[in-house]
Amino acid sequence: MSTDAPPVPGRKDRGARLAELVLRVRELGIVGALVLLFVVTVIMEPRFADADSLRDLLLNASIFAILAVGQTLVIVTRNIDLSVSSVLALSAYFAGSVVSDHPGVPVWALFVMGIGMGMACGLFNGVLSTYGGVPSLVVTLGTLYAFRGLAFLWTDGRQVNAETLPDAFLNLGSGSVLGVPTLSLFAIAVVLVAGWWMRDFRAGRQLYAIGSNPEAARLAGVRSQRLVLLAFVVCGALAGLAGVLFTARFGTVDATAGAGYELTVIAAAVVGGVAIFGGVGTVYGAALGALLLTTITSSLIILKVSAFWQQAAIGALLILAIVLDRVVGVRLESALRQRSARRVA
Amino acid sequence: MTEDATLTVPILELDHAAKSYGAVRALREGTLALCAGEVRALVGENGAGKSTLVKLLAGVERLDAGVMRVDGEDVDFHSPAAARAAGIAVIYQEPTLFPDLSVAENIAMGRHPLRAGRRIDRGVMRRDAQALLDQLGVRLNASRPVRGLSIADQQIVEIAKALSFEARVLIMDEPTAALSGPEVERLFTVVRALQQRGAAVLFISHRLEEVFSICDTATVMRDGAVVHDARIADMTPDDMVRRMVGRDLGALFPKEDTTVGEPVLVAHRLTRENVFTDISFTLHSGEIVALAGLVGAGRSEVARAVFGIDRLDAGHVEVEGRRLPNGRPAAAMAAGIGLVPEDRRQQGLVMDLSITRNVTLTVLRRLSRLGLMRRGSERRVAAEWAERLQLRHHTLDGPVRFLSGGNQQKVVLAKWLARTPKVLMVDEPTRGIDVGTKAEVHRLLSRLAAEGLAVLMVSSELPEVLGMADRVLVMHEGRLTAELSRDEADEETVMRAATGQTHEAAA
Amino acid sequence: MSRNSLAPGADTAPAPDGGSGAGRGPLARLASAAGRWEFLILLLIIATCVAGQAISPQFLSRASFMTGSLDFTEVALMALPLTLIIITAEIDLSVASVLALSSALMAWLWMHDVPMVPTVLLCLVAGALCGLFNGLLVTKGGLPSLAVTIGTLALFRGLAYVVIGDQSVTDFPTAWTDWGFGMVGTSILPNTIAVFAVLAVIFAVLLHGSRFGRSIYAIGANQEAAYFSGIKVKRIKLILFVISGVVSALAGVIISLRNSTAAANVGQGFELTAIAAVVLGGVSIFGGRGTVGGVVLALFLLAAIQKALSLSESISTAWIQVVTGALLIGSVLGPNLVSRMNEARARARMRGDAQARPPTTSQEEAV
Repeated sequence: MSTDAPPVPGRKDRGARLAELVLRVRELGIVGALVLLFVVTVIMEPRFADADSLRDLLLNASIFAILAVGQTLVIVTRNIDLSVSSVLALSAYFAGSVVSDHPGVPVWALFVMGIGMGMACGLFNGVLSTYGGVPSLVVTLGTLYAFRGLAFLWTDGRQVNAETLPDAFLNLGSGSVLGVPTLSLFAIAVVLVAGWWMRDFRAGRQLYAIGSNPEAARLAGVRSQRLVLLAFVVCGALAGLAGVLFTARFGTVDATAGAGYELTVIAAAVVGGVAIFGGVGTVYGAALGALLLTTITSSLIILKVSAFWQQAAIGALLILAIVLDRVVGVRLESALRQRSARRVA
Repeated sequence: MTEDATLTVPILELDHAAKSYGAVRALREGTLALCAGEVRALVGENGAGKSTLVKLLAGVERLDAGVMRVDGEDVDFHSPAAARAAGIAVIYQEPTLFPDLSVAENIAMGRHPLRAGRRIDRGVMRRDAQALLDQLGVRLNASRPVRGLSIADQQIVEIAKALSFEARVLIMDEPTAALSGPEVERLFTVVRALQQRGAAVLFISHRLEEVFSICDTATVMRDGAVVHDARIADMTPDDMVRRMVGRDLGALFPKEDTTVGEPVLVAHRLTRENVFTDISFTLHSGEIVALAGLVGAGRSEVARAVFGIDRLDAGHVEVEGRRLPNGRPAAAMAAGIGLVPEDRRQQGLVMDLSITRNVTLTVLRRLSRLGLMRRGSERRVAAEWAERLQLRHHTLDGPVRFLSGGNQQKVVLAKWLARTPKVLMVDEPTRGIDVGTKAEVHRLLSRLAAEGLAVLMVSSELPEVLGMADRVLVMHEGRLTAELSRDEADEETVMRAATGQTHEAAA
Repeated sequence: MSRNSLAPGADTAPAPDGGSGAGRGPLARLASAAGRWEFLILLLIIATCVAGQAISPQFLSRASFMTGSLDFTEVALMALPLTLIIITAEIDLSVASVLALSSALMAWLWMHDVPMVPTVLLCLVAGALCGLFNGLLVTKGGLPSLAVTIGTLALFRGLAYVVIGDQSVTDFPTAWTDWGFGMVGTSILPNTIAVFAVLAVIFAVLLHGSRFGRSIYAIGANQEAAYFSGIKVKRIKLILFVISGVVSALAGVIISLRNSTAAANVGQGFELTAIAAVVLGGVSIFGGRGTVGGVVLALFLLAAIQKALSLSESISTAWIQVVTGALLIGSVLGPNLVSRMNEARARARMRGDAQARPPTTSQEEAV
């Protein structure tokens, strides 16, 4: 097949356009909700638009966005990774304790170590759920416990403190470049690279294929086990990265770091349009979902709405998102079917 | 049988292949050769082992015994990818596509055209796919998602997919089953073009007229073995059918004469949009009514709707004068209807549960007191029916998964007969069942009718329809096209109605 | 591929092999009982007890039985309906949040001077409504229960905070709280465990002896075939979610009485422990397989491990999590590997057979 022909402008009929529109509307919908939420909050409390407040918002969202990207890769293949928060804790403590004990270690080496640890955890999850034949829900529920337990054993009650961390490292967590927090630059880079890879590379497309119809993927010669394993390793690596960034951001790390994040991350992906049974969704959506959830939290805090509403709001939003997805999905499918039927008749 | 003694080495060859699933020997003896430029028919009744043979060639299953060769060299396909790498493309009965992805991407999956940096070239991917679809002469947009496509369109996508990697061997497992007349013609044009390019085609179909119009050679299978291999020019349709069936028709269809009783079930203008339209019929106690037609004519769907699995858009069903509520299987059962569904493994049985549990699934209420099951009665009912239907089994507590197809079907029948229904609908009652059990099932249905049961039998097997039915209803593209008495019904009248010819003649 | 006949807790006996079905003597029966998942768990419990006694002589004492079992009451209660739900191939992650909501509601009602009996009843009703909400979204809405209950996990916990914020109520009547950590008569059986025992028997009868239970297995093993057999699949699932809500709410009442504290933050993460117990107990996460007995044994095992580790001074309690996670994975991985080895052996045997026998072709060709 030729590889160098220039892309031709699309000749699309309404069916294709309709489907594409819906996909885009899905992400536009979140952007819309974000803007609306932001504007309303700013009107009620102008301090929300302060540089500090915005910076906090972005910082909070960044770690979740990175985790949500990894989670998306896994969910798209009809799997799930509940263990990300425990992996984050391991990697965060690893990076923190290494740099505390050996202040001379270069910062890049901390990233290599943290990501490496995440990849090892992801490999463990992936091997068990592909070659071991254990459902990923069970494997990662198990490692959610086991990795967290290992973190407790390892820290043995100790914690890493900000004072022992070098400034160069801490600056990563709190500094900014051209007004954008460094942490968010990491997140944006991760989202863009992952989004590009999922869209423009064979392996990325095959992840969707596996989640959309596993049997068809097998018949099409897709090496499902290997790719699912890859998704788990990448998800682990990103959790590892998030762990290093967690340490840089908060300075204080103990074995409870990130506890409970896993459900927020999955919620972010689902709110962002990633179908829990695979085949559908983008990392952009998931990252936007993470941003939306964080914004809700921040705006409720700044509006002094009792912080107690926060979790209920996130839960309600998540349910609203899946109900809407379902309604739109049913409509779209029947629209596409009618179009197909009319054309044949 | 005579092997083709040509000097050319076959592209694909299967030699004494065998395959079993648990206790079921699906393929006992598979020998077959495909040469360049040859269109070979693979024919046989349902359950003769054709699908198993296809799975071996496609690399979906591995041989238990025997040899497979490509270009004369031994091969062992351990995955579908290996088969595809050898140039073998399979188009399955059931399209296996990715509903969430675009048509173009479905065609290109795993072999996306690339540009610099190993990135996918979407433009080329879309254009290549569109070119293939245009070449097939279909108006189908390559950019739209597969979700929502009709089965016929999905089939076209499958064919385009096979064409896209210029397969040397094309295996088509009943590709025409869901296609309309013009679509079949279009497909044949493509098949002939492929043939001229030197590809080998293995064509599986139940429509003999298609086989005779497009194939050069034929392989006939029966009961898991290849029984005949010859040039189409040397065969007649009758000859082929005889080799497929391989037995005396009379012994197989022990239809007892019955006296037809009162009407039990009346279907009144049943309609389900885009599936079937305006279907009316009456079932009387003591008669076997066959619902005949081609695959995809909407017969199973009618049975499902009568039973309440699918909702009717219009029309209604009456049982003994009482109207059934729409879309409620439990109500249909309470009124005395039973349905032995088409897909035994998926719909008829819970494969992981024991024989006892499966048989009693429909009579739980009767076997319980205050909601608690009476284990003794459970076993008694299961044992009684196992005995009456001569079920061959080790233990009633073993999962039905380990039974042969015929015995599994007996379990399904048992679970419905345990309710002593007034109307029994059986959908392809003998599909995938060995000859001996087949006759048993026929004898059973016949006896039940004699005892006053009304039977509606959906069947694609013409001999079964003609041998068993007191009356034959024929469907074509969602409509009833003929109602034939036992005397009127023969191969010709039924086939004419099933292909819609009576309809056109009348119009 | 991933389903296999030797998965733990098969409701039926271990897979019968090809032809040697006849003549199952007492020895064979013993072997098959020993192969059952429940038996393995029982062995692990005994091993834990031996190890526990070695760790601390207090392990097998009355006090440690009482406290050990008390701490597990709520998880154990929630695991019962969860067992049934997972056997129908659904899941309910919101159980611990319903527990918290029930506890919070109990605190709020008591603060507003509602007497104890109506308070408890209202909590149970609230639990039923939570379950109904989950159930309707899953059955009528056709949404995956995993996604729905992740949502309600946050929602119900959030509502608990909305109800009473970070306040807590500790002044429940002593007659009630005494019951919460009291024993049945003079025995060493805590009242709350007695409640669990009664419910466990009810659920066991429901699942293994009733019409309802037969339907649950059928739905989990093959929902379509169950529907084709006239089973009201949606209604049964809806009922199960409601039961799950009620029992979780009951667990919320019990935990409040037992700790003499009702608050919104109770039972954080209990849902995962409950699921772990269910899976460890041999219930397939894909549905269709599992027993209440297995789950009860798994609960005992987890409680025993927890107690043994907490009594030890030299071993960190963090091992509890590591061991729980490892058991959970091992409980599915182990049988998988065994069945894979069996399959490989069977395949090798079949190949051997096929080569030994001459191909039977000639008789077929004589048409």
